[in-house]
Amino acid sequence: MVFAYIIKTVIRLIFILGILLINACGMPNLRGTGDLGLVIERAIGQVQIIETTNYTSLYKISGLGDLSHASVVYSRDQRYGYIFGRDGGLSKIDMLRGKITKRIIQAGNSIGGAISQDGKLIAVSNYKPGGVKIFDADSLKLILDIKTIYDDNAVEKRSKTVGLTDAPGNKFIFSLYDSGEIWLVDMKDINQPIITKFKDIGDKPYDGLITSDGRYYIAGLFGEDGMAMLDLWNLDAGVTRILDGYGRDDEALPVYKMPHLEGWAQAGNLMFLPAIGHHKVLSIARDTWQVGDSIPVHSQPVFVVSRPDGKYIWVNFAHPDNDVIQIIDVEAKKIIKELRPGKAVLHMEFTPRGEHILISVRDENKVIIYDTQSFEEITNLEMDKPSGIFLTARSAKTGL
Amino acid sequence: MHKQYYKILRWCYFIAMIISYGVFASFYAAAEIVNLTDISPNNISKIRAEQLIYQLKQDCGSCHGLTLKGGLGPALLPINLHDKTDEILVDTILYGRAGTPMPPWNFEISRNEAKWLVKILKNGLDQ
Repeated sequence: MVFAYIIKTVIRLIFILGILLINACGMPNLRGTGDLGLVIERAIGQVQIIETTNYTSLYKISGLGDLSHASVVYSRDQRYGYIFGRDGGLSKIDMLRGKITKRIIQAGNSIGGAISQDGKLIAVSNYKPGGVKIFDADSLKLILDIKTIYDDNAVEKRSKTVGLTDAPGNKFIFSLYDSGEIWLVDMKDINQPIITKFKDIGDKPYDGLITSDGRYYIAGLFGEDGMAMLDLWNLDAGVTRILDGYGRDDEALPVYKMPHLEGWAQAGNLMFLPAIGHHKVLSIARDTWQVGDSIPVHSQPVFVVSRPDGKYIWVNFAHPDNDVIQIIDVEAKKIIKELRPGKAVLHMEFTPRGEHILISVRDENKVIIYDTQSFEEITNLEMDKPSGIFLTARSAKTGL
Repeated sequence: MHKQYYKILRWCYFIAMIISYGVFASFYAAAEIVNLTDISPNNISKIRAEQLIYQLKQDCGSCHGLTLKGGLGPALLPINLHDKTDEILVDTILYGRAGTPMPPWNFEISRNEAKWLVKILKNGLDQ
């Protein structure tokens, strides 16, 4: 009798311990991933998984190397995030378990990456050694190593690559910073990739973007007042120059932070973009590619992003004016609001339907969440020197 | 019986949270230590020195990498700089370099401070 009691107690104890163990191992909660996101804590090589329903932090994941410049793409089921670090690190994060599933160092110095239309390939843009590497999204095994070799006065060199994005038809597209080219990689058949090269596109392309419909790829040029545009529906036309001399009325200023084109705002038929070296946001018509009104702003714009409904454009600025955010009304083409969230506003990300915006304020060690109608602060999340904010809804968008 | 399991679970989470917070806090503290003791101050106040180091990592780091191993801009490690004169490096910080994205910083960094930064870069930030 006593013996049976002891056995019963032991079994119960094992049962309790078992439950504790399973929980300690981080058994995934039964939940969706549609309201999740990753925030980069750039100085300590860590990310936090956050949820935007109640704005809480779910996990902290460290050991991700140098994240001083980092970006994220998501698998098509939004279960996994792929983080591209400055030091060539490519890490696959399980958004539900809050863990690194796989991690490789694929180069010495990288700038960003992209996921293919079918979600099966991950491409990474590298500075050192210059080129693009394409990996299997599941295993992170190398599939293709594209070396961006160019001829620099009869010396063979490898160009840094920038502005890498996916394009419809399982393609990747990127620009070569040192040699001024755009390369288009068709990965429809991974055994027979086709690379098409467009040369002499302009001086020092610093970033590129693809329009949200996946039709136009545009590279910003550091060395010139103008941009290079490729119509993916009409490749035979080659690269054409747009916006030539957009800053002709005023002197180009030194640039304290490279603008990012990924967040180019598109609202109706108009696109809005940062004018590099100028204190203005340009509006351009997407059919004629002519510059319309340029909107004078506080300082040099870095990110120019539109609220998902396209009514307002939010703009942040380069050092030392990076404590300000200005909000432009698209119809009136006027600044209607100015916010001062704190020093070093580095990134902004709207919630998928645009009711809120998350803003990382590096020197305040906070991500602040604003209501996008009232412009009131709703809440904030404590972070260590936050930079990029990437919500899983990006998974469904070409170019993000 | 079920209620009791939940209670235990809750406690378990609570303890785990405290432990993980402790670990995080200690990492954080370790990351914040900047060793400035063995660098001659060039008459730069300790507060200003800390500002400059912060700016070197965060703002210069946005092109040259947070660890100064390079990015769109070149690497700024001792091995990359040892064959360049102090004057050229100081002038590069103050006036930028034409034909490259390197901007001038003389609107907020003095010549004396630029000299001090060059000394730190040549010695290595982590020395």
